[in-house]
Amino acid sequence: MCLALPAEIVALSNDNDTATVSLEGVKKEISLALVEDVAVGDFVLIHVGYALNKISPQEAEKTLALMAEAGVLETVPEGVKDEIR
Amino acid sequence: MKYVNEFRAKDLAKKLAKQIAREADPSRTYNVMEFCGGHTHAIFRYGVQDLMPENVKFIHGPGCPVCVLPIARIDSAIELAEHHRAIVCTYGDMMRVPASKKKSLIKSKAAGADIRMVYSTQDALKIARDNPDRQVVFFAIGFETTTPPTAVAIKQAQAEKLENFSVFCNHVLTPAAIQHILQSPEVRQIGSVSIDGFLGPSHVSSIIGSAPYAYFAEEFQKPVVIAGFEPLDVMQSTLMLTRQINDGRFEVENEYTRVVTPQGNKKAQQLVSEVFELRRLFEWRGLGDVPYSALQIRQAFADFDAEKRFVITPSTGRDVKGCECPAILRGAKRPTDCKLFGTVCTPDNPQGSCMVSSEGSCAAYWSYGRFRGAKTKSVKKAQVA
Amino acid sequence: MNKISSRFPTRLKIKNGYVDMTHGAGGRAMAQLIDELFVRHFDNELLAQGNDQALFNVNSGRMVISTDGHVVSPLFFPGGDIGSLSVHGTINDVAMSGAQPLYLSASFILEEGFELAQLEKIVISMANAAKAAGVPVVTGDTKVVERGKGDGVFITTTGIGVVPEGLNISGLNARPDDAIIVSGFIGDHGVAIMSSRENLEFETEIVSDSACLHDLVADMVAAVPTIKTLRDPTRGGLASTLNEIAQQSGVGMQLNEDDIPLRPEVSAACELLGLDPLYVANEGKLIAICRRQDAEQLLKTMHNHPLGQHAAIIGHVVEDDLGFVTMETSFGGNRIVDWLAGEQLPRIC
Repeated sequence: MCLALPAEIVALSNDNDTATVSLEGVKKEISLALVEDVAVGDFVLIHVGYALNKISPQEAEKTLALMAEAGVLETVPEGVKDEIR
Repeated sequence: MKYVNEFRAKDLAKKLAKQIAREADPSRTYNVMEFCGGHTHAIFRYGVQDLMPENVKFIHGPGCPVCVLPIARIDSAIELAEHHRAIVCTYGDMMRVPASKKKSLIKSKAAGADIRMVYSTQDALKIARDNPDRQVVFFAIGFETTTPPTAVAIKQAQAEKLENFSVFCNHVLTPAAIQHILQSPEVRQIGSVSIDGFLGPSHVSSIIGSAPYAYFAEEFQKPVVIAGFEPLDVMQSTLMLTRQINDGRFEVENEYTRVVTPQGNKKAQQLVSEVFELRRLFEWRGLGDVPYSALQIRQAFADFDAEKRFVITPSTGRDVKGCECPAILRGAKRPTDCKLFGTVCTPDNPQGSCMVSSEGSCAAYWSYGRFRGAKTKSVKKAQVA
Repeated sequence: MNKISSRFPTRLKIKNGYVDMTHGAGGRAMAQLIDELFVRHFDNELLAQGNDQALFNVNSGRMVISTDGHVVSPLFFPGGDIGSLSVHGTINDVAMSGAQPLYLSASFILEEGFELAQLEKIVISMANAAKAAGVPVVTGDTKVVERGKGDGVFITTTGIGVVPEGLNISGLNARPDDAIIVSGFIGDHGVAIMSSRENLEFETEIVSDSACLHDLVADMVAAVPTIKTLRDPTRGGLASTLNEIAQQSGVGMQLNEDDIPLRPEVSAACELLGLDPLYVANEGKLIAICRRQDAEQLLKTMHNHPLGQHAAIIGHVVEDDLGFVTMETSFGGNRIVDWLAGEQLPRIC
């Protein structure tokens, strides 16, 4: 598959064509040709030197919350099936 | 690392393991095919199988673009470097894959061919700009995740009139491969491979969206859960699949909501459809000819198509005799079923792509899982941790 | 104070000069190169004598000798260069027997066309490393190969040392229940090298950990003379070295991923390139194997030394005919940590 990693945008180039991302202080310049409306502070998924998509912080929280529910459930609660669609 | 470490947390892993064990029906098995090599890698690297109950099994699919590339295409890339003396730029993954006549890109490089490893298509463009007197060919491989970057490069080359740049295109499509597996004799008729559900690819889906999988779910009545890349994602998705299987549902669910949306990345999709079109047929290692499963460069960009610029000898390269990669890629056999595994074929001397690619079943099994089968009673029980 | 020989009519033109075939031919040009570059910077009595060999007294006891060829590319990288690496590397190999390193020799294979200014930089770096370690380069050799047949410069260093009485340190000694200790953060060197390679450019503060470990080793063997094994995990990383030792001793190993010291930046860089830090080279770290009951004492000693501040127990030796090195992952599952197969290349898949 495709090794893609979430990284934070720390700087944008003047023409918004490229950005500098940081992963724990490791910085790399990547292309923004495949995304739109990114800002410094956004997290993007990077793959072969390109940003592929923005990462949604809200959805990330939701997913972690769902995972945390596991292990304390005796049965699948009503409504969970709809939530995870 | 944000959005990475949280999804590798041990305490959540334990919880999920408990929950899966609770919900998995002990009277049946759950065969989950993880299509993508990245998931195979995560499962082995983190030991996810250890945390699953006995009756939940992972079947490793052909989702490794390196693994499924036929030998003939690698032969052609080598020919471009050796015979046509082009600078061939390639991702690191392809360097060690065995081609015909015991060759490979890395061996060819050692023998003097100008083959350069790059991290990005942007690097290949730079090499082309820096070497105007040389032909520069980018060896493009990968699924839908890796295709948009190639599209960007071709458009950029056209805009810059970078005439010495061209692309040798081997991009392949995921849904076609999944379909082909589901229609293979082992799955459909013989029933020797039973697949109860799919872990859908993370990053391919970030580009194509979750919508395209609806067809499989319906047509083949198998549930699909698009799973994130990290081990917790794999576990959560397996839990979701278990529930669907228990309920008799076959829907497309998305666990990787922080990146994947139903429609995917429209900008990337548009770029790809502008530059590429479907090939009628393309050979996949292990699956034979698969219709409408791969891309070629459109006429409008023919100037940057290496297959049009260079005369490439059609190769009749075939897999090494005894190599079971084809069956392993289809999930029909396990690495240990292959006579060459561990004897002739090892990571140091790979015979087929499943062993070379770090995500190939055989490489993953060798690196991470081999010891389970091999542990003898000589291992002291009072093992200290 | 070293004297520049008055044998030569003019000084060697280092600033804009290049290595040419005469520098390896044995004649005046070679003598001048040796004199004004090597002897001048390495600056010690034995070398200044100008013989083809270095003559010294030997105290009775056990001696060790070790040699290493250095072909690193790029020649200069964050935190070091081929010169300092060649000094540190061989001193470390000698030190891994518990020996006190005494002398080094250095052989240079120079490529025709290599810039003398670069060569001087490398030699100065070596000289500084040798001085800091207290281990002089007392003899050497110079050869020149035609353009295209070398990578600028290859350096081979050989070191000798004396092992104190009572030590028995070898890769054959690991036994079940022994503790496995690493002296600090892994992966720094390999990542520093990668960061300066073309087409893999990424910005990072990570520098090579290249350093001499003989001083740390001296403290360690003084505190725990029963140390069983010492080895520095260079090419192939921690994983390869542990596998070597496991095979030599006919044992297995069980590691704990959570306990392995790894800088977040190095971890991130490895993720970026698809590399496993366990296989990434180190040049200033060591692995120590000791009896379980000595581990705490050894760790304390190491923590008191600047190069061992972050030392940690990362696992234990276990009985295993098959010699597997296994690891409990930070995720909770188990995996094997195998030998490195081929070369670890960055991947996209």
